[in-house]
Amino acid sequence: MTARIGVVTFPGTLDDQDALRAARLAGAEPVSLWHRDKDLKQVDAVVLAGGFSYGDYLRAGAISRFSPVMETIIEQAKAGMPVLGICNGFQILTEAHLLPGAMLRNNHLHFICRDQKLRVENAETAWTSDYSAGQEIEVPLKNMDGRYVADERTLDELEAEGRVAFRYLDVNPNGSLRDIAGITNAAGNVVGLMPHPEHAVEPLIGTGKTDGLGFFTSILKKLVNA
Amino acid sequence: MSLDTVKHASETPDSEQPWKELGLKEDEYARIREILGRRPTGAELAMYSVMWSEHCSYKSSKVHLKQFGEKTPENDAMLVGIGENAGVVDVGQGYAVTFKVESHNHPSYIEPYQGAATGVGGIVRDILAMGARPVAVVDPLRFGAADHPDTKRVLPGVVAGIGGYGNCLGLPNIGGEVVFDSCYQGNPLVNAGCIGVMKHEDIHLAKASGPGNKVILYGARTGGDGIGGVSVLASETFDDTKPTKRPAVQVGDPFQEKLLIECTLEIFQEKLVAGIQDLGGAGLSCATSELASAGSGGMRVDLEKVHLRDATLSPEEILMSESQERMCAIVEPQHVDRFLEICEKWDVIAVVIGEVTEGERLEIFWHGEQIVDVPPRSVAHEGPTYHRPFARPEWQDALQADDAGKLPRPQDGAELKDQVLKLVSSPNQASKSWITDQYDRFVQGNTVLAQPEDAGMVRIDEETNLGVAMATDGNGRYAKLDPYTGAQLALAEAYRNVAASGAKPLAISDCLNFGSPEDPAVMWQFAEATRGLADGCFQLGTPVTGGNVSLYNQTGEVAIHPTPVVAVLGVIDDVNRRTPIAFAEEGQLLYLLGDTKEEFGGSAWSEVIHQHLGGMPPAVDLDREKLLGEILISGSRDGMIDAAHDLSDGGLVQAVVESCLRGGNGARLVVPEGLDAFTFLFSESAGRAVVAVPRSEELRFTDMCGARGLPATRIGVVDGDAVDVQGEFALSLTELREAHEATIPGLLA
Repeated sequence: MTARIGVVTFPGTLDDQDALRAARLAGAEPVSLWHRDKDLKQVDAVVLAGGFSYGDYLRAGAISRFSPVMETIIEQAKAGMPVLGICNGFQILTEAHLLPGAMLRNNHLHFICRDQKLRVENAETAWTSDYSAGQEIEVPLKNMDGRYVADERTLDELEAEGRVAFRYLDVNPNGSLRDIAGITNAAGNVVGLMPHPEHAVEPLIGTGKTDGLGFFTSILKKLVNA
Repeated sequence: MSLDTVKHASETPDSEQPWKELGLKEDEYARIREILGRRPTGAELAMYSVMWSEHCSYKSSKVHLKQFGEKTPENDAMLVGIGENAGVVDVGQGYAVTFKVESHNHPSYIEPYQGAATGVGGIVRDILAMGARPVAVVDPLRFGAADHPDTKRVLPGVVAGIGGYGNCLGLPNIGGEVVFDSCYQGNPLVNAGCIGVMKHEDIHLAKASGPGNKVILYGARTGGDGIGGVSVLASETFDDTKPTKRPAVQVGDPFQEKLLIECTLEIFQEKLVAGIQDLGGAGLSCATSELASAGSGGMRVDLEKVHLRDATLSPEEILMSESQERMCAIVEPQHVDRFLEICEKWDVIAVVIGEVTEGERLEIFWHGEQIVDVPPRSVAHEGPTYHRPFARPEWQDALQADDAGKLPRPQDGAELKDQVLKLVSSPNQASKSWITDQYDRFVQGNTVLAQPEDAGMVRIDEETNLGVAMATDGNGRYAKLDPYTGAQLALAEAYRNVAASGAKPLAISDCLNFGSPEDPAVMWQFAEATRGLADGCFQLGTPVTGGNVSLYNQTGEVAIHPTPVVAVLGVIDDVNRRTPIAFAEEGQLLYLLGDTKEEFGGSAWSEVIHQHLGGMPPAVDLDREKLLGEILISGSRDGMIDAAHDLSDGGLVQAVVESCLRGGNGARLVVPEGLDAFTFLFSESAGRAVVAVPRSEELRFTDMCGARGLPATRIGVVDGDAVDVQGEFALSLTELREAHEATIPGLLA
């Protein structure tokens, strides 16, 4: 028995095939979801993949947040369904107010693509239980609008509640406050991050490491054991 | 202004027409009148002027390009050759690969961001139009001097444009080049290549056949951007005295293109199109005339049906507009509804604008009145042919006599060390990661190798691990010294790079960047380079599948260096055996393959240390290149080499430094007997590579080289954290990394 992991395709989504592949390699059943469709096809968890949904026009994630599929996802996420937002998916989750804060243009104003070191700060979310707290991993990072910001109170709250899930190590590639690379909601079912774990799931491809596979094995174990 | 209909044109034969302003020559205008038996209408004149421009008609170059067809080597892999949107080769397992390199030079100088962005967009649509899913892009770029203030305007804009467009399309950028030379100051070269993959049965061709079939224009709305871009921009030399041409550059929307790609692939999957063509240079004029010309019948188009961004556009402007992200499909009537449905799913606007007819004419109407009535071949395929005069320039002898071998050489280890540092930190030899880190190389999750590797490589089948590799190379300095040899060196280098990655070179595409064809010296360079390339491809067995010519790359009287850029496509049956450049493990043995001679003409050393360009470029031996390629591929297949790096500009020392930095390991080198340290480190003799061999495989590897007659010299070992040339000097990796990586950000960030 396995779990069904859905990956949403918005117009302009780019990493949907990669996320579907990562779910498959982890042993889950990958399911394509379409932005115009409210039906989530009985998936057990959802990944919002990277890209430039709706061309990032207006603001990254700002239009996708109002799509029919997001109506259902927002509702289900609030009821506990695991949701992982990667890059543009993270931006959509903040626009949808499932996660606090916002992403601004990188402080150096350039698109940046690099192998990025991260520290897993919270290994108790639905998407990180296969890691250990403090573990260092390396996954690709690629974005234009990746600078995480929130007001001081929110940041303090996130820190106090252990909701900073990932922090950039060695280099802060985009000027994110407090080196934050990803966060979780209080319940631990909704996680968003800028780097791309779905690009680090095969030894041959990309960085040559498989440090990102843990996201997908974590969720699979949680769903199958539930 | 009243509508200039066909009827009106017949009745007013003596009306003055702006043929000159549209870039036509007097005899060309006369020929149009002869073809039509009357004066052309305004719309017809617009069509002929763009389609007969240098950019679209290859009128100056085609007498030379013919050789690529005449000297085609026997090659079973070739499925579609020159003349279509892009060539197609068979890579096995039922897969076909299409690839092509194009230029977007002139627009990128005027408007760097949009010029470069739409260059990517255009080549991607070319690949898409063949029926393929685009899987990767590459960008060979050339700019003026790295420290020139205008380079700081052009380069960041070009790089941001390539990134802004390509990243948003979801295509990994896996290779290319960045070269600086003051000859490109007013004429940067922005070439863009794309690779696409399909199954054999999915190949689509650009032709309109079957009377009654519908002509559907889909994608972005047509606007006023890029009107006359082809004739005005790409085919004329820049001149300070004329008014600004900024509005003639197109504006791109990568989001729209991404939708167009997905929508078109779904349409292909359901086999809904009979013919397809992208809209690029010359817009609808080109698409309609080429589709009709290649097909069996005629075509009727009702131009007022075209969906517009600007309702005030005249019919002539609609025909000439180069608005991006548009495609034109020929669809059988029973498939039209489903076609439109898929477009709706992807939010892509699609309109039936006409149909294929029984006749042999391309007829275009505007609200019922006929404004075009032409034989389509006369527009698309029977443009003018020029036999431009060419002559070896009188300065060529003096240039070749100015031997780089006579330049003062470093006298001791300290001087060698100093020159190595200068070399690896010079803009052309320095790390380009500041640039390439602005491109997404990971998207689609199939990237096996990307810059700074010798070749980019992507997996195309997850089950079998079949992959393709591509490298692009060109060296304008070599080609300036000897265009024939220079073109072959570009070919040899790209071929070697692909082989070094472990892939088998299959076929090539080229982008030929030259000055004005009206200058006999430039025409000679062009004739020599094409001859060299055609001969070289014949000898290597790698056919030219298509490409692009960019002329008029000059400012005033001064032309750029002749710059043929060659893209070699290779196939690898299992990407798991790809060969990286990194010296990843201490103890690996370093072997230099090939012969090293005193060859410094056009070298990076002569440029960096002496600001010199003269003498002869390195000699080419294509049989040796072939043998070297076979050894590199066999070595990869049989697990005999862990790393390989081709030797080209900067010579051995440049390659060793790059491989050491990439792997995070140093190397101890010994100058082989019979060579002096300087020649060993800096010579740019062709047909060479450095390989890292695991100790356990040494004997097997040297036996193989010996048996097949390839010189293999043991030159050292991967060890420590410095590049240590024994008895001469040592440079720590830290020092080398700082020198290699700080230059480009220092100049441009």
